[in-house]
Amino acid sequence: MPEPQQPERPEQPQQPQQPERPEQPRPPERPYVPGGDHAAVDGAVAATGIGGAMAFAVDEGKPLGQQPAPDGTGQEEARSLWSDAWRDLRRNPVFLLSALVILFLVVIAIWPSLIASGNPLHCELAKAQDGAESGHPFGYNGQGCDVYTRTVHGARTSVTVGICATLGVALLGSVLGGLAGFFGGAWDAVLSRITDIFFAIPVVLGGLVLLSVITSNTVWPVIGFIVLLGWPQISRIARGSVITAKQHDYVQAARALGASPARILLRHIAPNAVAPVIVVATIALGTYIALEATLSFLGVGLKPPSVSWGIDISAAAPYIRNAPHALLWPSAALAVTVLAFIMLGDAVRDALDPKLR
Amino acid sequence: MGRYVLRRLLQMIPVFVGATLLIFLMVNVMGDPIAGLCGDRQCAPATAAQLRHEFGLDQPVWRQYLTYMGNVFTGDFGTAFNGQDVTELMGAAFPVTIRLTIVAIVFEIAIGILLGVVTGLRRGKPVDTAVLLVTLVVISVPTFVTGLLLQLLLGVQWSWIRPSVSPQAPFDELIVPGLVLASVSLAYVTRLTRTSIAENARADYVRTAVAKGLPRRRVIVRHLLRNSLIPVVTFIGTDIGALMGGAIVTERIFNIHGVGYQLYQGILRQNTQTVVGFVTVLVLVFLIANLLVDLLYAVLDPRIRYA
Amino acid sequence: MRGATQAAWAVCAATAALAAAGCGSGGGGDAAVLTSSWGDPQNPLEPANTNEVQGGKVLSMLFRQLKQYDPETGKAEDMLAEKIETSDSRTFRITVKDGWTFSNGEKVTARSFVDAWNYGASLKNNQKNAYFFEYIEGYDKTHPDDGSEQSADTLSGLDVVDDRTFTVRLDQKFSTFPDTLGYAAFAPLPRAFFDDHDAWLDKPVGNGPYTVDSYTKGAQLSLRRWEEYPGADKARNKGVDLLVYTDNNTAYTDLMAGNLDLVDDIPATQLKNVDTDLGDRYINTPAGIIQTLAFPHYDKNWGGKGKEKVREGLSRAIDREQITETIFRGTRTPATDWTSPVLGEDGGYQDGLCGDACVYDPKAAKRLIEEGGGLPGGQVRITYNADSGSHKEWVDAVCNSVNNALDDDKACVGNPVGTFADYRNQIGERSLTGPFRAGWQMDYPLIQNFLQPLYYTDASSNDGKWSDPAFDRLVDQANAESDTAAAIDKFRQAEEVVRDDMAAIPLWYQNGSAGHSERLSDVTLNPFSVPVYDRIKVG
Repeated sequence: MPEPQQPERPEQPQQPQQPERPEQPRPPERPYVPGGDHAAVDGAVAATGIGGAMAFAVDEGKPLGQQPAPDGTGQEEARSLWSDAWRDLRRNPVFLLSALVILFLVVIAIWPSLIASGNPLHCELAKAQDGAESGHPFGYNGQGCDVYTRTVHGARTSVTVGICATLGVALLGSVLGGLAGFFGGAWDAVLSRITDIFFAIPVVLGGLVLLSVITSNTVWPVIGFIVLLGWPQISRIARGSVITAKQHDYVQAARALGASPARILLRHIAPNAVAPVIVVATIALGTYIALEATLSFLGVGLKPPSVSWGIDISAAAPYIRNAPHALLWPSAALAVTVLAFIMLGDAVRDALDPKLR
Repeated sequence: MGRYVLRRLLQMIPVFVGATLLIFLMVNVMGDPIAGLCGDRQCAPATAAQLRHEFGLDQPVWRQYLTYMGNVFTGDFGTAFNGQDVTELMGAAFPVTIRLTIVAIVFEIAIGILLGVVTGLRRGKPVDTAVLLVTLVVISVPTFVTGLLLQLLLGVQWSWIRPSVSPQAPFDELIVPGLVLASVSLAYVTRLTRTSIAENARADYVRTAVAKGLPRRRVIVRHLLRNSLIPVVTFIGTDIGALMGGAIVTERIFNIHGVGYQLYQGILRQNTQTVVGFVTVLVLVFLIANLLVDLLYAVLDPRIRYA
Repeated sequence: MRGATQAAWAVCAATAALAAAGCGSGGGGDAAVLTSSWGDPQNPLEPANTNEVQGGKVLSMLFRQLKQYDPETGKAEDMLAEKIETSDSRTFRITVKDGWTFSNGEKVTARSFVDAWNYGASLKNNQKNAYFFEYIEGYDKTHPDDGSEQSADTLSGLDVVDDRTFTVRLDQKFSTFPDTLGYAAFAPLPRAFFDDHDAWLDKPVGNGPYTVDSYTKGAQLSLRRWEEYPGADKARNKGVDLLVYTDNNTAYTDLMAGNLDLVDDIPATQLKNVDTDLGDRYINTPAGIIQTLAFPHYDKNWGGKGKEKVREGLSRAIDREQITETIFRGTRTPATDWTSPVLGEDGGYQDGLCGDACVYDPKAAKRLIEEGGGLPGGQVRITYNADSGSHKEWVDAVCNSVNNALDDDKACVGNPVGTFADYRNQIGERSLTGPFRAGWQMDYPLIQNFLQPLYYTDASSNDGKWSDPAFDRLVDQANAESDTAAAIDKFRQAEEVVRDDMAAIPLWYQNGSAGHSERLSDVTLNPFSVPVYDRIKVG
């Protein structure tokens, strides 16, 4: 199992990297701007090269096509990383826009009748697959139900499943994966082998076995199932990130200065290891919404009559040649949701990345 | 290093036993498969009992499992309900699926990483936005639809490809199915690479390399990309399972008689022998893939070492 | 994995050697060999072990039985039988025609039949269609239902008289028994079947118009015309390659792309496009299949007295016209009785027998359900299996129709069950508490086959456990009737009992649908919705 090189080990090339030494460009070094309350810890690292490096980044980084960091924070006073991040976020238009979209989705999920007064369960088979007409701007689906009403009412299930399942998977996965990556050794062996076993369970089999015994007609069993089968992936990603991040000099420095493991993990490793988790989780959000429909089609997900984007997308998919509109709108709703969360994730990641400051 | 690999190989034993037992129990929990064999009518009770005896379903579960494992070690994976040997089924399905998976992974690596690097270096530029939009389409339109439309367009309208894959499934017929199969994973790989690249593009060693006057291309490939690949490699490692065992939709659309299809059929028919046999092999694939991923960490980042 | 490569090579070699269709290529290759879509048979390809269409398709090309059902009218006509005589509707003396052989040269004799039937009826052989022999005397010994050891290997009711004659003695009167002998389970088997069973399964040998050329399980079965076939229905093409498809939609796409000649199951989602895609190469023929909603009569909420009003009310809340038109695009026709139009009026089909009870009328539906005490629990849940047959669409449509008729958007919901086996188990355990989908594909075109297995007390497919002594009595009388017309008349009276109690709601008659390439002609489907391969002309 991967074991971190202990700072105490003499054979380790431990000296701080000198930016001036071109023959050793390989090991990635992340300058880490310390928060005020642990300035002492990181000060040593920062002192080695952050001063000139910042200017260097802005000047020399450009040839590689990177954008200059959204400046504006300056060096006012010492703040914690997280409050810094929050400060950044509030000023980021991308964050504000995505937050607005998500807020809108949540409002629609709670009160769908605000913008769609119809009954999503009312279907006139005679109108099946018909296009848009007045009062029914999105047309009708294969059963003759109003696509607009169903898309609006589908938000509740889909947004709930998407957000809750993603949160559950991300939390469980990153905690277990992070611990495995950080402590290594036997911990890692046990946790990694458990993820291996979970990977082996085919979704169809898992769904048919675990969900068919449940009679509850809420989204929670479905969410629980997705979390149960989804965490191993995030856990692996988080483990890989943590293994990389803990090699960094500032972590070694913090360790040498006697910081507790919890502090190292939370203050130093987590902010630098979270990016891949955010990326995977935001995309997974979309796939979980679709997975809910797969489960429904296996007859083990939400019991009919339930309305969700996933169910409508799956039902419309075979009719793509005749009634693409029935697929288009729920898919578009799903795409907007995923877009909002991807943007949100990007903004959060940027805010947590000290190099951008 | 050698000891590490050895230790990892030894760890496969409990995982192997655990996974087979778990899958075995899960298929068993699904209930009695015999009732599904007689069409829309009740099996004659005597026939049903006889069939149950034949497939060993009248034994207690623990004994069924022991018998099954005993047989597995002698290379006998049992028979499917249609009388075909499971080894024969696996022998037909795995080569096809391995080829399909290779095609999909090549796409993920080639297209995904390329797009990731481009978008990571040009964050916020039109190319970044365009790739994001394609990503959204890929996520929100089901594979079924992408597959079907590609099949109709390329296979029927323009006659560039055969809409269905022949039983031999050579590589050239698997290109389009492989692309469809890889599409969602492509989205992950692209965005993971993009994020890593964007983060590392500001790292000191990159600035150093640039300052040294190294060619831009060399900086990107040798310094930047190499250090950005760990999350991507991790993801692809976890994705192998989904590609091999879960390609149900792609395999159905393109008529590929692969692992995903056979496994799905086995599950629906509740055939323990088929399901456990296929999953057993898949577990071995995961274990080896994960071991390779862990070893790759050390290659990509020399500071990570295995005792 | 090496085995598969070798198998693939073997197939290539075999096909190449015969200069037949190139490896896996569809429309190309031998000009007179056609390619047809196929599904993997679920059971080994033994005549008495095949109970689904895909296996049945192959058997219909490989075997000829004593009787053959006319591909158009469905009438049972003598094939290998020279004559079948009876004086009491119980003992039948069967004479086999001279001159028939299996494709390996072995003569088809009385023994070929008796051995095959004994094999099928013997418990130890695990034949799933064993119950077809249940009327033959001695079946209770070879196939004891109580699970005890079988005390005989052969049916005592079968006796070989001479090379071409044997007698069958039934344990009850069954006047239409000879007409059942066209079913695949009654096919004769050559000695090779018993001598080397595994080899036979790898490459079955029969007495039909085609012989097996090569068989790769799960991928392809190549059949070639048997040039010395003695029957009148000699194949008009040189052979058929059955290609296994994972999905009928893929087969349909391959047909459009010109890689496949014949698809005998058009996916419902493509039906709206068949006119533009195929034009007159699309065929849609009535078949002996009826879809119904069965009820759990063992549940007092559904089977109690007065509940027939609720069942009839539900029946009247279903807009069959609209559903068959919109969902099925005319590949189903609204049912008005409990049999099938392919039987013909003479065979017992009665158009309109159901009367008003099968006509959509929301007002009457509401009134009837109220009179019957309302829907049990305020909601009907229609159970179906979700894993095959895309039942979800029509169940949803039926429910929407019921909901609209009753003005209650939760009055009816679908209740999918994950797997077919689980679905059958729930039926078997009587744990269903609402109506469930029931489909019946006839084994042989007799009104008896649509009524007795489904509604007779404790019959093998009487899933709802409906029971009515009047019905049972009429069926018994009909079976004892030696005159066919009189027997059918009794069956009709029995069907009226089913109607009066609305034992099951008839939904629609199912058609067979198929599409073919331009180089095929004379493509037809028989009443079992199987293409009549031997009549198809190529080029």
